[in-house]
Amino acid sequence: MKLTLKIWRQENAKAKGRFETYKLDNISSDCSFLEMLDILNEQLVNDQIKLPVDTISFDHDCREGICGMCSLYINGRPHGPEQGTTVCQLHMRHFKDGDTITIEPWRAGPFPVVKDLMVDRLAFDKIIQAGGFTSVSTGGVPDANAIPIRKEDADLAMDAAACIGCGACVAACKNASAMLFVAAKVSQFALLPQGQIEARERVHAMVAKMDELGFGNCSNTYACEAECPKNISVENIARMNREYFSQAITKANRNQSGGGAG
Amino acid sequence: MTKLNAKIPSGPLAEKWTHYKTDQKLVNPANKRKLDIIVVGTGLAGAAAAASFGEMGFKVKVFCIQDSPRRAHSIAAQGGINAAKNYPNDGDSVYRLFYDTIKGGDYRAREANVYRLAEVSNSIIDQCVAQGVPFAREYSGYLDNRSFGGAQVSRTFYARGQTGQQLLLGAYGALSKEIGLGHVELFHRHEMLDLVLVDGRARGIVARNVVTGELERFAAHAVVLATGGYGNVYFLSTNAMNSNASAAMRAFKRGAYFANPAYVQIHPTCIPVHGDYQSKLTLMSESLRNDGRIWVPKKKEDAERVRKGTMKPIDIPEADRDYYLERRYPAFGNLVPRDVASRAAKERCDAGFGVGNTGLAVYLDFAESIQRLGRNVIEARYGNLFQMYEKIVDENPYETPMMIYPAVHYTMGGLWVDYELQTTIPGLFAAGEANFSDHGANRLGASALMQGLADGYFVLPYTIQNYLADQISVPRFKTDTPEFDEAERKIQFEIDRLLSIKGKQSVDTFHRKLGIIMWENVGMGRNEAGLKLAIEKIQLLREEFWKDVRVVGSKTGVNQELEKALRLIDYLELGELMARDALLRNESCGGHFREEYQTEDGEALRDDQNYKYVSAWEYKPGDVPEKHIEPLNYEFIEVKTRNYKV
Repeated sequence: MKLTLKIWRQENAKAKGRFETYKLDNISSDCSFLEMLDILNEQLVNDQIKLPVDTISFDHDCREGICGMCSLYINGRPHGPEQGTTVCQLHMRHFKDGDTITIEPWRAGPFPVVKDLMVDRLAFDKIIQAGGFTSVSTGGVPDANAIPIRKEDADLAMDAAACIGCGACVAACKNASAMLFVAAKVSQFALLPQGQIEARERVHAMVAKMDELGFGNCSNTYACEAECPKNISVENIARMNREYFSQAITKANRNQSGGGAG
Repeated sequence: MTKLNAKIPSGPLAEKWTHYKTDQKLVNPANKRKLDIIVVGTGLAGAAAAASFGEMGFKVKVFCIQDSPRRAHSIAAQGGINAAKNYPNDGDSVYRLFYDTIKGGDYRAREANVYRLAEVSNSIIDQCVAQGVPFAREYSGYLDNRSFGGAQVSRTFYARGQTGQQLLLGAYGALSKEIGLGHVELFHRHEMLDLVLVDGRARGIVARNVVTGELERFAAHAVVLATGGYGNVYFLSTNAMNSNASAAMRAFKRGAYFANPAYVQIHPTCIPVHGDYQSKLTLMSESLRNDGRIWVPKKKEDAERVRKGTMKPIDIPEADRDYYLERRYPAFGNLVPRDVASRAAKERCDAGFGVGNTGLAVYLDFAESIQRLGRNVIEARYGNLFQMYEKIVDENPYETPMMIYPAVHYTMGGLWVDYELQTTIPGLFAAGEANFSDHGANRLGASALMQGLADGYFVLPYTIQNYLADQISVPRFKTDTPEFDEAERKIQFEIDRLLSIKGKQSVDTFHRKLGIIMWENVGMGRNEAGLKLAIEKIQLLREEFWKDVRVVGSKTGVNQELEKALRLIDYLELGELMARDALLRNESCGGHFREEYQTEDGEALRDDQNYKYVSAWEYKPGDVPEKHIEPLNYEFIEVKTRNYKV
């Protein structure tokens, strides 16, 4: 395959970025998208004339679609044209010979560009640190089978827990909302008895942190679900909203009844 | 020769860990606040350890090379985690899990460590369930189990084909909780490049901030390396692209012994190599062998036809298929351990029965299971794996058998540690795949997750206290000392040198060359001549690297080429060490198969008389490393020939 690539280059977070055009030839259709970028980088290194050259920086790690590190915006879509696929699992057979491909980093305020196609997603870690866990310490817990859980609930919790934290949902959203990411974590725990103890604190703390970090409101366009490489459902957002308001009502009721335990 | 002291507690096997915990020294809560611990790596072992230390009250600094601790490669483990719960009532016990692990490791692991691993395995499952890990469940609401290689019971807990992801996210949740509370400080996008010793003890690290390119210094009372394995020496492996051996190798150069570097696990079920641009290999979980049957054509003509594409595998009649694992190993069939399955695949392909366009593949066939159980059951069990296969290979495994071939997956060798998981450097601990301790010469499936979490949640939180109890009067360290200066200068020199060579060959070109040398000579089959050749070739390659490597970009800011080059320095030395270790082990055991030492029917021939030991290598500046020996004494189980036939 012959390809023309328009790639976003940006020295660092503060520098001004620009598109650069690169030509590639003889790319096998069985090659993965990231391997195609490896070949381009190899070509840049071998280019003897234009010293000093610099390779194109992009995040990647497992290349099996599970670590969530890869994050490319390809022809206007997070993770490219294939439904339910991370960039690392995307293969060149989904492109045509002679195609021009535009590659950008995630574009969202809370995800500043580090260099070229790399962004900083520390904001996601901060949301999890605000409450995306059960506060159990190591040791002193009951036998695993002491807590039976309906298979259906466990399966739904697993569906939500499959989120890889890549940030495609944010990149896809015109409001740069992190609702799907937060909802997936809130849902996982809302569906399990282990998550009930801190349900109220969790949903409020995570939503507050999300707002504080500058993620926008839900656009209700469901672009997040459409672009999620793990097909996380927007039903999780509905579940989170229920959780948020029912916990808010419980809190209000408790305050009214004079407990002041809120 | 230094005598290695494994510090195995006395007493009966089942009571050793209890005895240890009874007798060990503890650190009181007020003193814990005065003690700092560095944890490098945030996979299962690192995240679990850092979270647990934070909960206990220590001040913890945790480091990861990726943008988030959740990216560590434990996340990619698919199949499951073993524990001796015996929920299915099929005869499992702590002793049996211990026994299977020792036998699976071909009697080259330390008895006391493995027993402790089996002993704490049940607590891991309890802990993970309490964290909200969504394990697979039965309709009753109780936990489901499946089988893995090398076991005749069902003891593997799983979360679809994403068990590693769910366990890691559980540990990441615990770690995040501690970061949020301020007990643990996170340094992401930092890569450790040296260990700092003060008066012979591990007292800190120098790490490169890969965003700014700056070298940063960190001091602590103890350092834990949970930095994973070294499979990427081979260039192509199932490891993540950023998994590397630098932390372990730099500790080795500071005096930590490296144990059993030759023990590498080649996993039997990976997607075969398809092109020379390939950057990594993808594993297909061992759990597939529960329902998939492995075969090649019985007739060479058929094998040739399918290779050329003139015949389809589904058109080969049942009578003309050779289910070679079921034929050779009737008792375990398709669920023999990984080393046995990998060698059997290589044997068939070398004999001319391989399939795929390269002839380096065998079939993994689900047709019978789909007929027996229905497509929906197979989809529920392995849907994501089938989907992943189809994305890469562009073939539908529900309709045509998968093609698989062995690939480098896991390294049993690693930093030598004693019973406390302490290396030969006081104050330096190693956990998870980074140490050598529990899997002998071959690891059983679903045991890596078990070991990582055992080390992190239930072993280190005890043993590190035994060390730190003596450190309570040692004040916090400063980093403006000559030791830190020297370490930083060394790295700075290395970086400047790499950037100044301006040669003609890229970093990956050298890495691929090293990978080929390793795969051909230090891979599934090894022999004296090949190993000697490998040592020679690696030495030449190393010389060539320092003359002709081309590292572009600058030392400030992000430079992924420089990151790769720094890692390759260590691979080029570790590769030679692996070959040396393999050369001196004149026997076949587990993943280490020396072609000179095999039975008439091609099984591994162990030599317990001369090689029932751990080899532990000591770095000698400017000289070849020196080999030390830790003899393995089996007090409690009888050492036998490993047999999966009957």
